[in-house]
Amino acid sequence: MKRIEANRVTAFYGGFKAVEDVTLAIEPKHVTALIGPSGCGKSTFLRTLNRMHEVIPGARIEGEVLLDGEDIYAPGIDPVSVRRTIGMVFQRPNPFPTMSIRDNVSAGVRLNGSRRKSDLDAIVEGALQGAGLWKEVRDRLDRPGASLSGGQQQRLCIARAIAVEPQVLLMDEPCSALDPVSTLRIEDLIAELKDQYTIVIVTHNMQQAARVSDSTAFFNLEVSGDPGRLVEMGPTSQIFTRPTDERTEAYITGRFG
Amino acid sequence: MSTSPVTSSALRTNRMGRGEGLAAAGAGVILTGVAFWLTPLQGRADFLVVAYLAGVAAYLVGAARLEGRRSVVDRLAAVLMVTAVGICLLALGSVLVYTAARGVKALDWYFFTHSMNGVGPRDDAGGAYHAIIGTLEQVLLAALISVPAGLLIAIYLTEYGRGRLASLVRTVIDVMVGIPSIVAGLFIYAFWVLGLDRGFSGLAAALALSILMLPIVVRSAEEMIKLVPAALREASYALGIPRWRTILRVVLPTASAGITTGVMLAVARVTGETAPLLLTAFGFDSIRNDPFSGPQSSLPLFVFSQASSAFSTAVDRAWAGALTLIAVVLLLTVAARLVTRRNRLV
Repeated sequence: MKRIEANRVTAFYGGFKAVEDVTLAIEPKHVTALIGPSGCGKSTFLRTLNRMHEVIPGARIEGEVLLDGEDIYAPGIDPVSVRRTIGMVFQRPNPFPTMSIRDNVSAGVRLNGSRRKSDLDAIVEGALQGAGLWKEVRDRLDRPGASLSGGQQQRLCIARAIAVEPQVLLMDEPCSALDPVSTLRIEDLIAELKDQYTIVIVTHNMQQAARVSDSTAFFNLEVSGDPGRLVEMGPTSQIFTRPTDERTEAYITGRFG
Repeated sequence: MSTSPVTSSALRTNRMGRGEGLAAAGAGVILTGVAFWLTPLQGRADFLVVAYLAGVAAYLVGAARLEGRRSVVDRLAAVLMVTAVGICLLALGSVLVYTAARGVKALDWYFFTHSMNGVGPRDDAGGAYHAIIGTLEQVLLAALISVPAGLLIAIYLTEYGRGRLASLVRTVIDVMVGIPSIVAGLFIYAFWVLGLDRGFSGLAAALALSILMLPIVVRSAEEMIKLVPAALREASYALGIPRWRTILRVVLPTASAGITTGVMLAVARVTGETAPLLLTAFGFDSIRNDPFSGPQSSLPLFVFSQASSAFSTAVDRAWAGALTLIAVVLLLTVAARLVTRRNRLV
């Protein structure tokens, strides 16, 4: 399984430095949570891990991100293949509106040029089962993806992401647009997916980080406008009970942020 | 007008019922009728305008008596909007109804299956088959030229274009929107018909029409592609789908309904163009199926030449041609709607 190491990563939007000098390691088959106040750069950092950051015009990074020792920003590395290995789920459910449920799930396999197109039905069923959605949608696979509820749409997006069999799954606040029941289902799902995938999740919800993650990284920014920085990282139990940095303690006890 | 019951609650207000409103407006109209009968006021159109104004005024006075200031403003705004819609529909409806009424006279199977070959202006014969063929071929060719080119330009502008070149292209397209159609025809006449010595042809007409279509297609497609949420592109990239495939399979299908509407607007606009065709297709009385050489007719040219005749048989043919032209545009629009509806799931 894939281990990710970020080495002195600094991310820019044009001239604005959003996050500075982040060095951390993400263990395989672990759930790593990134927490911190709004604007601290945790989502930006997450997007540097599969080269989605550079999709935004003017955005660039410095430093290196090693996937099993190989720098994904090295010259000659194809960002498209990086994203095939490191999938992503976004904050708002974003199924393709022109496609049916079935086509949404198989979109990655059909369109990303990988060669295994032989048994799309099996791939669709497997991915939907993996995302815990199969029983709810198996008799309406031809309905539009947008016909599902918000929570179902988000699980559809997770199914779509795991259908291309990535090694790593990045989740950018996957529950912040969902109700508590749907949130709980996604959290259960994360616990199940942990056996097969390395998961990195950005969340605003500290209880969620405590519930689902094995390691937690706390990001902070001193003053609005300054770049965000990694304050500390460690096993979730330790970060939430005995943080070494007083800013972490202040944040997780709710004194700010 | 009936009086509404006195209310006590602060949340409850009097409402003017539908019947009361109609009664008030009717009273205004009747009052106008009495005024036209007793005083020297006269004239049908005058009566309509005065009766309308009096009806509206009485309706608003009724609302003021029963309801209060805020709802008078509300009802006035509603009346203005309904009036505007009514004027629009009246203009559209009268054009359609009048054209249909005048057009059916010469419209029969013979009209659709025969050309004007050897038909004089006073002969009660002849048809628009050659013109229909010409219009369909010219518009189809123009669409084949301008739709792919326009889509590619729109994709360039939205997905790739940055900096100087993109803003130059955008400016050029904006300027092209304002080109008078006769100028497009004149350009093709000078450049293609005379300059390259290709002579009059349906293709020359299609070239002139595609100059007119291109900016409309580009602008509408650009706006529609811009409306596709960035989240969909990102979702696609995150699946490891390359950019070109994202554009072809995610962005364009999502925008397809809007793009089709834009294309149909462009088609409808150029289908009725007459001026550029005079200099390019020139017009021809016989059937010519080959659009690539020799003068060809088209429905606007047919209408133009028949309508400028002094004889009623020719003028009837012009109306029938105009009706056919409207029908062609309508059919194309409906067909395009059906095609995109099948693509769209939401």
